[in-house]
Amino acid sequence: MNLLLFLILFPFVMALLTFCARNEKLRSLVVMIGCVAIMVADIIFCVQAVRAGAGINPLRWAGSETHVYHIFEHVIIDVELLLFLLIAFLSIKYQKYYCLLLAAAGTFPVLWHDFFGTHVTAPLPAVMIDNLTIIMCLVVGIVGGIICIYAIGYLHDYHHHHTDVANRSWYFQALLFVFIGAMFGLVTADSLSWIFFFWEITSTVSFLLIGYTRSEEAINNSFRALWMNLLGGCGFTVTIIYCARFYNVSNLSHLVRMGGMTSGILIPAAMLSFAALTKSAQMPFCKWLLGAMVAPTPSSALLHSATMVKAGVYLLLRIAPLMTGNVVGLMVTSIGGFTFFAASLLAISASDGKKVLAYSTVSNLGLITACAGVGAAEASWAGILLLIFHAVSKSLMFLGVGSIENATGSRDIEDMHGLIVKMPRMAYIMTVGICGMFLAPFGMLVAKWAALKSYIDSNNVVLVIFLVFGSATTMFYWGKWLGKIFVILHQSETLRDTTPKTAWFSMYTLTGLVIILCMTFPMIGSRIVQPYLRQSFYATISNVISPDDIRVMLMMLIMIAILPVLTEILVRTRKEKTTMSYMAGVNAGDDRHFIDAFGGVRPSYLSNWYMEKWFGEKRILSPMLLCSAVALASFMIVAVAGTLA
Amino acid sequence: MRDFLWLIMIILYLGLAPVLGVLASGYDRVVTARMQGRQGPPFLQPYYDIMKLFQKEAIVVNWLQTAMVVSFLMFTIFTGCLFFAGGDILLVFFAHSLAEVLLILAACSANSPYSNLGAQREYIQMMAYEPMTLLVAIGFYLVCGSFNVADIIQINMPAIIKLPGFFIGYCFILIIKFRKSPFDLSTSHHAHQEMVKGLTQDISGNVLGIMELGELYENVLLVGILALFFITREPWTWLLAAVCCSVVYFLIILIDNIFPRVKWEVMFKYTWLVTFGFAGSNFLILMMLRR
Repeated sequence: MNLLLFLILFPFVMALLTFCARNEKLRSLVVMIGCVAIMVADIIFCVQAVRAGAGINPLRWAGSETHVYHIFEHVIIDVELLLFLLIAFLSIKYQKYYCLLLAAAGTFPVLWHDFFGTHVTAPLPAVMIDNLTIIMCLVVGIVGGIICIYAIGYLHDYHHHHTDVANRSWYFQALLFVFIGAMFGLVTADSLSWIFFFWEITSTVSFLLIGYTRSEEAINNSFRALWMNLLGGCGFTVTIIYCARFYNVSNLSHLVRMGGMTSGILIPAAMLSFAALTKSAQMPFCKWLLGAMVAPTPSSALLHSATMVKAGVYLLLRIAPLMTGNVVGLMVTSIGGFTFFAASLLAISASDGKKVLAYSTVSNLGLITACAGVGAAEASWAGILLLIFHAVSKSLMFLGVGSIENATGSRDIEDMHGLIVKMPRMAYIMTVGICGMFLAPFGMLVAKWAALKSYIDSNNVVLVIFLVFGSATTMFYWGKWLGKIFVILHQSETLRDTTPKTAWFSMYTLTGLVIILCMTFPMIGSRIVQPYLRQSFYATISNVISPDDIRVMLMMLIMIAILPVLTEILVRTRKEKTTMSYMAGVNAGDDRHFIDAFGGVRPSYLSNWYMEKWFGEKRILSPMLLCSAVALASFMIVAVAGTLA
Repeated sequence: MRDFLWLIMIILYLGLAPVLGVLASGYDRVVTARMQGRQGPPFLQPYYDIMKLFQKEAIVVNWLQTAMVVSFLMFTIFTGCLFFAGGDILLVFFAHSLAEVLLILAACSANSPYSNLGAQREYIQMMAYEPMTLLVAIGFYLVCGSFNVADIIQINMPAIIKLPGFFIGYCFILIIKFRKSPFDLSTSHHAHQEMVKGLTQDISGNVLGIMELGELYENVLLVGILALFFITREPWTWLLAAVCCSVVYFLIILIDNIFPRVKWEVMFKYTWLVTFGFAGSNFLILMMLRR
């Protein structure tokens, strides 16, 4: 358990150190050592927790009689006040007074409750570790650590290219560490007020990260992220006070366990879901995540893959048993399913690489949300695996796009035309990343498959329809991106490799993880996810994906693995005649120029289809936001009013 | 014994699929010619065409193309084997889209306007028909409780009785899959098209032969899925399936000759509408009955 304390506190210490280390070389070293230490400690911690039987009985720690508990309670109150003051200062500075109001609405009731409210008699220990926690710890620690290492080289290049942005790398790196520390706290805490505390830290830190460049756009987007997340935080506030007052409950696990016994647990479930939906950028709130891409790439990678948005779906997966077959479940599945479909439609019209990734994150989180909302063991199985696969593949994609942007000066998908010639290594990494997102036999597809099965078995017609149409559109936007990468441009040369070593290390590790996960997911599913489901749903589920199918998928994986070899053999043995591409006979000497009607030579330009007229953001985003906002509001009203009436 | 049977099925598929595919294609061309009041080519013309392609030297536009086309064939055959060996039908569709993506990548790699346009259209076609393919798999699961083809062919009464909407939707997307008018957007056998040959524009010689062979395997797989709508545990239903598949095939040829090609918008809209309207409502009813 000391290791746990280390995991939560050490990143904060690291943040302080990096903040102070203004010398770049020194800071790189500090960050590198810190990340490695976090990853190692994380793995040891998880192994120990598994050995200690977290899968059989959740490990609990730090009850109200312990010393650490009281120190922590004090720290929480102090830091919460500090956070409030920080937000208040910045809101007033940039004249965004609504954020001040929201922050006050979220913070003060909790503080009041801490001092004067009804106190829960005999609370459970504040920390709980079960297998879901372990999975989250691994995701946060390993993926987060890799992203921090990547950030070292990236930031150097970034400030080299963006001279207009003040170089505050130390501040940025420090924030990344704070984020990781807060996430460790969030996933291991069981006490609602502890979770809320870490929850607010992640909201605030993401706000600071998004505003890093201090451009006008960055400031606006960061405040948008802040108000949405603060609004979600208010849901948490209500839950804490409501649970303490009416149920004498202060722990999340206690609340979830009560779900089976008491009816009318709908209000806290609805409020927590609301908080989670804002955090994981579900449909009416997706704009904050889309705006988050103004920040340097490592922060996007961290927000999208290992932390922030995953905190939302983590909470939903935790409270999944509370949502079985009630109006809150209906709310979460509807919003999630709709978001999956709608965001994947929107991604079609985007050509900015990071924007496509952002929409894809929103979309995939929708799928996880929907899985949680079903409130059944199989669906949660799919949701948890989606979470793992998504974290790894998405961070790989972000790091890839970031590196390409630093090397070529653009992150537009159109400019990745011919990447396989210009940056072959990068192209292979991106290919693995993209295939990992949508093609069999890679992770995301497997989990989507499991999700589909569980939706059918839970008789959820609407969700199945959303899923089948959504996967078609998902395939389209990833597919055309993949096509761009595979274009072979004649007479173009390989670019000089300017990507720093740390970045290569991060990307290779993640690529390896994507592939390893494809092979090991059955084991993760049965050894780690199953025991958790047994604890939370009291149900043992049969093989979601049958061993036969897994064997077939392994065969496919092997076939894919030999593709490069096959290519090599074909190139060596066939010695085919090469010619120019067909351009109706008007090629001007190569396949990149043609002779126009006036006899002049013009460069040709091949574009992907974005179908602005159909799926353009301008056309469909606002109606979608409106629909989902109305739906969410009505569901919330029904859930709350239904209980009170 | 059962394992042995599936092995035979795989071998039969590997050996017979090209033969069946060629025969079907020959039939198609003769019937089409008759409908248009032409003499038309000999019945075995598709066979001669492919054999001739294989004798020709391939002229490629880059080093990647051939590998992508070969792997398209590999994965198509793999998909077919998986289906005829009684595997999971959802996995069959997933593997099939992987094969399809490989073919599109071959076209993308060419960096030619026609190939690129063909590739983009092919993606749109995939986006149009994919919901239907997934729904077909779900439909079979709802009527027989398993995604495995081996179990689906053991049901008591033909699946089409409970899945008429799914059947209509699947036939609709078969027009796209067989590259027939009004939906032959990404590639065409006809010379008048503005796309020239679209997707396969820059593939030539024996590499084109490989691609055509792959399509033959693919077509037999698609007809096999169609047959699933009729086959039950009674052996005579196999005959029924054969007859019904021929009828559907004839109808598709008829449609090909009646309708002019439409724009992609129209194809996309109608495919999703048909999928949603027919398969979707059928699906809704099945789910209601299940409750």
